[in-house]
Amino acid sequence: MEKGKGVMGSRKWAVEFTDSSATPSTRDIPDPPGFTRVPHDQDDSVLSRQKKDAEANWKSQKAWEVAQAPFKNLLMMGFMMWMAGSTVHLFSIGITFSALWQPLSALQGVGKVFQPYKDPKVDLLAPKLLYIALNLGGMLLGLWKLNTLGLLPTHASDWVSSLPPAREVEYSGGGIALH
Amino acid sequence: MAMAIKLSLLLLFFLASILPTFSIFQDQVGFMDWHQRYIGKVKDAVFHTQKAGRKRVVVSTEENVIASLDLRRGEIFWRHVLGANDVVDKIDIALGKYVITLSSEGSILRAWNLPDGQMVWESFLSGSKSSKALLVVPANLKVDLDSPVFVYSGASLHAISNIDGEYLWKKDFATEGSIDVHQLILPGGNDVVHAVGVTGSSQFDTYEIDVKNGGLLKHTSASLPGGVYGEILPISGDRFVALDASRSVLVLLTIQNGQVHLEQTHVSDLIHGSSVNTVILPSKLSGIFSLRTDDCIVFIKVTNEGKLNVMEKVDKMVVVSDALSLSEGEQAFALVQHGDSKIELSVRLVHDMSSNHLKETVKMDHERGFVHKIFINNYVRTDRSHGFRALIVMEDHSLLLLQQGEIVWTRDDGLASVIDVTTSELPVEKIGVSVAKVEHNLFEWLKGHMLKLKGTLMLATLDEIEAIQKIRLQSSEKSKMTRDHNGFRRLLILLTRAGKLYALHTGDGRIVWSTLLQSLRTTSQQQCSGLKLHQWQVPHHHALDNNPSVLVVGRCGLSLTSPTALSIVDAYTGKELPTMGPAQHSTVQVIPLPFRDSTEQQLHLLIDADKHAHLYPRTPEAARIFQREAENVYWYSVESEAGILRGYGVKSTHSSNVPDEYDFETRNLWSVVFPSESEKIIATVTRKPNEVVHTQAKVIADEDVMYKYISKNMVFVATVSPKASGPIGSATPDESVLVVYLVDTVTGRILHRMTHLGSQGPVHAVLSENWVVYHYFNLRAHRYEISVIEIYDQSRAENKDVFKLIVGKHNLTTPVSSYSRPEVTTKSQSYFFTHSVKVISVSSTAKGITSKHLLIGTIGDQVLALDKRFVDPRRSLNPTQAEKEEGLLPLTDTLPIIPQSYVTHAFKVEGLRGIETVPAKLESTSLVFAYGVDLFYTRIAPSRTYDSLTEDFNYALLLLTIVALVVAIFVTWVLSERKDLQEKWR
Repeated sequence: MEKGKGVMGSRKWAVEFTDSSATPSTRDIPDPPGFTRVPHDQDDSVLSRQKKDAEANWKSQKAWEVAQAPFKNLLMMGFMMWMAGSTVHLFSIGITFSALWQPLSALQGVGKVFQPYKDPKVDLLAPKLLYIALNLGGMLLGLWKLNTLGLLPTHASDWVSSLPPAREVEYSGGGIALH
Repeated sequence: MAMAIKLSLLLLFFLASILPTFSIFQDQVGFMDWHQRYIGKVKDAVFHTQKAGRKRVVVSTEENVIASLDLRRGEIFWRHVLGANDVVDKIDIALGKYVITLSSEGSILRAWNLPDGQMVWESFLSGSKSSKALLVVPANLKVDLDSPVFVYSGASLHAISNIDGEYLWKKDFATEGSIDVHQLILPGGNDVVHAVGVTGSSQFDTYEIDVKNGGLLKHTSASLPGGVYGEILPISGDRFVALDASRSVLVLLTIQNGQVHLEQTHVSDLIHGSSVNTVILPSKLSGIFSLRTDDCIVFIKVTNEGKLNVMEKVDKMVVVSDALSLSEGEQAFALVQHGDSKIELSVRLVHDMSSNHLKETVKMDHERGFVHKIFINNYVRTDRSHGFRALIVMEDHSLLLLQQGEIVWTRDDGLASVIDVTTSELPVEKIGVSVAKVEHNLFEWLKGHMLKLKGTLMLATLDEIEAIQKIRLQSSEKSKMTRDHNGFRRLLILLTRAGKLYALHTGDGRIVWSTLLQSLRTTSQQQCSGLKLHQWQVPHHHALDNNPSVLVVGRCGLSLTSPTALSIVDAYTGKELPTMGPAQHSTVQVIPLPFRDSTEQQLHLLIDADKHAHLYPRTPEAARIFQREAENVYWYSVESEAGILRGYGVKSTHSSNVPDEYDFETRNLWSVVFPSESEKIIATVTRKPNEVVHTQAKVIADEDVMYKYISKNMVFVATVSPKASGPIGSATPDESVLVVYLVDTVTGRILHRMTHLGSQGPVHAVLSENWVVYHYFNLRAHRYEISVIEIYDQSRAENKDVFKLIVGKHNLTTPVSSYSRPEVTTKSQSYFFTHSVKVISVSSTAKGITSKHLLIGTIGDQVLALDKRFVDPRRSLNPTQAEKEEGLLPLTDTLPIIPQSYVTHAFKVEGLRGIETVPAKLESTSLVFAYGVDLFYTRIAPSRTYDSLTEDFNYALLLLTIVALVVAIFVTWVLSERKDLQEKWR
């Protein structure tokens, strides 16, 4: 650069045959049309570390985003449940069961969801925990809904109805004399 | 599991919360119900054959029915069922167009239009005292008078115009001393009517009365030193015959010139041999009378000189008809002689007794028993000779018409007097059906369904719609003789008053078999009648090879101490099993015990008049089973006359008084004595012993639980003050008090007592699960009321902790003893009900899950289904949201009568006496059988058929849809494959 400057100072013009600039942003001349710069980071360890850091950053950011995604779902579910009302019919049962099923299937696929963001540098535990907690929250919401619909055996009546009536010890018969 | 139950319960609740309208469509009539019309045992018949086109016979029966029957086929043209207290005394035909009936001990005279049975007029005859009812309809009165009919009733002779029922005149015989008129005679062509009777049992009187104004023309009397047994029988215009009080002397009374000549003849002189229990038969044959003794019937001719000549002696089982006048003053009568599986009908002419005018032998099913009555009628053949048709009434109350040696038609009118009903399963279908049958069935099935499909798609023509309807009504499925999956096909076993057992198929109501029970046949020594019908053997697990059987308990004799007749009948074949003979003891109670022996025979306890218990079946095994359980077996008796409820325990040890090892002594444990000056028992009701209760908990609003007090040992007793035990209106509201009790029958503990001031009976009640519903009359409100009492167990009420219930720490399944005296609470409510009621019953289902319907037999002889939710004591004026969700209805003062909920829809079960409900195997469905003079059967589903597709579900349409969908899937799959391929080639 110094050389160039000196040259710039003494000479009107110069043609530089060496390409010293690494990134197009530092160059004041745009690349010719059709030219694509081939990055050659592989051999540049500093650059690659930087890049990896950025990627890890990005991954963890993404993981948090994914982890927070069920929250929106939760809100929507809540709204749907509120809309469905508290009487048992097809719609409310459908919504409640999907509210129960979604978190369940999400929890089953926790590993899969966070697979793309797996990185030794990224701590996925916290987003995973958040994800699980939010899904559990969704499930609780579903359970709560199920309860408000009266479909959970939380009352004495649910346990008593299936019990057979008690046997009687004595037996008695009779009545008015036949005639 | 609990969730599933909850879900199903919720679904059930949803189905139930739709207000029930259980009406059926017009084209569904006869689809699962049937209705049979009967008339009962004929006691009098009048032929009407004037118009050649419509030959008919008018009959009156012991079920108080008057009916006009088609003589060609035996069908009912019209029929009227008079009330239970309106006993038909006499019938006749007047002027060839009116049927005149005299009923209610001669106090009601009615005229009915002969062709259509419309009532023309009705007259109420008042008399000073009750007496025999006699009716004379003059055939052709020569006197110029408004064609009267003469009625003797209430100790008065009435002449009534048969045009409009107006009184013409009345002659009171009560003023003439206490005469008991036996005969009313209208000599042909005269203008006098003769009343012949006995005063004070030893004076013979005849009165001649002017038919124009009722004036007394002549009175003749003579003393009868020997008294009179039975009735005085007219022989001819001035001759009468009577039997003296000792039944050994015949008295011939001849009236000559106002003097009565008596001539006495010893019966033993006429009949050489024994002459015990002599009676004069009431057959009116001119110049001849017939006498029946214990071994024969004798025809005796009275000669003009007043001599008695024995003409013929016949067997005592011979039945003699009344005389039938033929042309030229000839008279004929018929004799029926019963032979082995055939009957001999002979018609004789009165003036020529020596030979049979006509003799016919008719094959007769021996299950019909003996001939009880015969009525003959003649017709003129083409060759101008007389032909005869005979209407005969058999021992089993069936009615047959014989003509030209053949049975033209039969009517099983014994079914009009059903005493008791039970049901039996049909045999299990045999595996292995021939291929041809299957193919045929498959073809028929397909054809039927294609027709139905057409009907659904509205493509069917009128003829096809008719064919669809026909297929639906006569589906061979429903009348098969094998058990079905849903338990709709069963045998209804009916015990009739005649001692005959019938098995009817529930599918179409046809008679599968019928048996005249030999052990219940009335002989001349004793009168037997059936009392109860119980299931004896219901093979389920162990004895599947055995056929199910029923136990018939009867009584031979009229008093409570008469010996018992027992019979066990195979329910598949109707054969009486020889395993049980007549019992020596009497029977006042039959208690089916909840125990079975290894052959699945149900143990029964028969209580005799001396309060001894007799165990059946009489096998050591049964005795062993009973000995084990005897200390927990109790029985109670309701003595309504004395107003006492008594409870007894069975002593399992034998004492010297009881000889047999199957007979047990009982001891009195408790008595509930109702004060006789203020309470009189008018109704008791218990739970059906075979009722199944699904759960002891009643879930109320907010998921709360109440525990029902479900005890089979509970009896509902209703008492009224003695003044109010008469008909409605006989007591003022202040005098009449209705008290209802719920009594535990093991300990005699009164669980609940409630007083209805100003109310009176009749009380009709039904007890089921933990509730009782009863119907009575409220004198203050001038309306009928229905009340409900629900009884709950307080001793279990604290079982409300969910966790304790989950881990099983509760006392809900521990056996209960009545001696633990559980605390109970009751809830009750009353409602007005517009109908008066004949009988109340309740639907019953296999598992007791389905909600219940009350089946109310109304005074109009229909059966009304009323949802139990209408009689729920928790109803309130403004139910909360939670209560509404529970299905509780807002309280109304009157129970609604929804016209669509009559289960009998357009039919009437005339003379309704009972409604029997039997659970089907399908939980939603209950089989209902209502009986009276008519029989009616249907199925009801109180919560709709939530567990099955309807019978007319279109399987073809479903199949077609599935096939179409599959085809569509294939076509679209092929198309998409092709498109993919083209896409790739591009």
